[in-house]
Amino acid sequence: MDGNIIELIDLTKEYGSFTAVNHLSLAIGKGEIFGLLGPNGAGKSTTILMMLGLTEPTSGSVTVCGIDSTTNPIEVKKRVGYMPEDLGFYDDYTGLENLIYTARLNRMSYNEARKSAENLIGRVGLADSASKKAGKYSRGMRQRLGLADILIKNPEVIILDEPTLGIDPKGVNEFLDLIVRLSKEEGHTVLLSSHHLYQVQQVCDRVGLFVEGKLIAEGDISTLSRKLFSNEPFIIEAGISFPGHNLSDSSVITSEAGRVKEILQKIDGVITVSMENNDMSIDCSRDVTGDIAKAIIESGFGLSYLTKKEFGLNDIYNRYFGGGEDHD
Amino acid sequence: MISITAILEEVKIMIDNAIKLQDPVENRHMKKKPLSGFLNFQRKFKKDDRIMHPFSVLVNKEISDHVRSWRFIILLSIITLTCLGSVYTALQGIGKAANANESVNSFLFLKLFTVSDGTLPPFFVFISFLGPLLGISMGFDAINSEHNKGTLSRVLAQPIHRDYLINAKFVAALYVISVMFFSLGFLVMGLGLIITGILPSAEEFLRVVSFIFLSIIYVSFWLNLSILFSVRFRQPATSALAGIAVWLFFTVFYSIIVSVIAKAATPSVTATTQQVINYNKLIMDLFSILPSQMFSDATTTLLVPTVRSLGPLTMEQVIGTIPSPLPLGQSLLLVWSQITGLIAATTLCFVLSYVSFMRREIRSR
Repeated sequence: MDGNIIELIDLTKEYGSFTAVNHLSLAIGKGEIFGLLGPNGAGKSTTILMMLGLTEPTSGSVTVCGIDSTTNPIEVKKRVGYMPEDLGFYDDYTGLENLIYTARLNRMSYNEARKSAENLIGRVGLADSASKKAGKYSRGMRQRLGLADILIKNPEVIILDEPTLGIDPKGVNEFLDLIVRLSKEEGHTVLLSSHHLYQVQQVCDRVGLFVEGKLIAEGDISTLSRKLFSNEPFIIEAGISFPGHNLSDSSVITSEAGRVKEILQKIDGVITVSMENNDMSIDCSRDVTGDIAKAIIESGFGLSYLTKKEFGLNDIYNRYFGGGEDHD
Repeated sequence: MISITAILEEVKIMIDNAIKLQDPVENRHMKKKPLSGFLNFQRKFKKDDRIMHPFSVLVNKEISDHVRSWRFIILLSIITLTCLGSVYTALQGIGKAANANESVNSFLFLKLFTVSDGTLPPFFVFISFLGPLLGISMGFDAINSEHNKGTLSRVLAQPIHRDYLINAKFVAALYVISVMFFSLGFLVMGLGLIITGILPSAEEFLRVVSFIFLSIIYVSFWLNLSILFSVRFRQPATSALAGIAVWLFFTVFYSIIVSVIAKAATPSVTATTQQVINYNKLIMDLFSILPSQMFSDATTTLLVPTVRSLGPLTMEQVIGTIPSPLPLGQSLLLVWSQITGLIAATTLCFVLSYVSFMRREIRSR
């Protein structure tokens, strides 16, 4: 309990008959960068709104920094910086004025607010545009300003809802680096929601997979894939070439491929072999990569590559989100 | 962990600062400039070292937004121009009025607000016409524009109560309207004073002040109605149209409907006096629920002290009365129901918008 800065216990939110968040329990430790992953409409934003006390849960409890968000949202909002999904600024105010306004809403005096706004706007790399109207900012700049906007209240927890939405790939990397750098410097806990897996993979210590209001798995990426695919066989992919044969003759290829298959089937541990063009996919019950390589070479075939397939976040994603119906 | 100690340090520094800022030097500094502050925001900001309550930060921002907006500047100039125009016509007509009725000359000053030479309507008619427009234009995008800009969820993620926002919107608009009406009212009084040389009596002054208060309440009714629409409708254009539609309905169509009803319910020639009285009462009741009717009844009574009743008087009631103007207290008593009605309508609109705003889920755009 002690190290956890965000604790969700059996959290449920229903909109009429639709359950947006379904008995969710989650704990996030101090100083952690946690990624909340899930397809659109999985209930990520709703969960975040409940953490901030902007929406009341139907049942269950949310505690942030040891404070109940539902009954005492003000205290929570003092400690949490929240960047909404599609954040907006007052367009006819300059970037600096927008920051000062936020700071003053957090009970800073004008001078204090101005000082820290100037400091922060430099740290997020907007020093040159500080006196430009926020309406003239580009999307990436707004996002940076948004980051400065949440850091200005010196929060313990930073919650970013889809922070990378609508920025170009280079901008995304820069922005995520900025988040990580700033949060490590200050020791903030970061919770970010996204449906972009690779981006999250880069920066998060831990991720939680969120589908239809339920947290189906959590952990760091490697534990996650181990956990999710523990019952799966090893999959080894190999590229085979057939030296000395006329490759335009498809019947030769087919017969040669049949030979390779036969040879590989004999190896202890290999379950099935399937082949498509020259690429072979071998399901094994254990790691027999070495035996496969040896068998192929000894039989006189060429081996162009041999890889053991790792389950990345993408496979996890396809399996749980893209796969659609086969999860329950 | 480092972060805990760092945060604790930070909190300590913040508390120290807060205590430092409470010291008497700062307080003296504060007392010195509650009024000059509004006149010059920039200067005030620059030397500001005190911590303001978030609510006043919100109100300050809203006020400065209003004052700087083109919308307000345009409306202000329209109202100022019409106000000057009506003062001009009043000054033209006031000579005749002074000669015509010697017995009520004591209230000549009030005629500045009610008399006209026929070219332009008097001041109070202008207010009853332009007031709704002012109220609607100041409130119709209060909440929905914040929502559309995406600033609503950002502001509400700050440590403020949710109702601060809607309250601040209302208070700021009310503040701006009050300042504007008081200055216009006093401008008219001052001009009249300089040009005619008539001195207002204390009672006349109080009557004008209560007229200004009444106008503020009337405008804030429309303001709250349009804030209500701004909570209900996502598009500012829709909510502006809804506000204008209600205004048009009340000013144009309602009276048409009432006259249709009146025609249908006309008592026959053989009707008894009681029936005729009931019929008149029905028509008056139908009209008196109109906010604009309440306002014009109340203002007429306040600005024209000779108005003794808003309904029909029987001969028995009139016999034996002294044909003198009513004192202010009696005039107020006469229109108390109108004033209460206006305040009630204003409050009702505000409560409705408050409730629907508080219940609403704040999502980003």
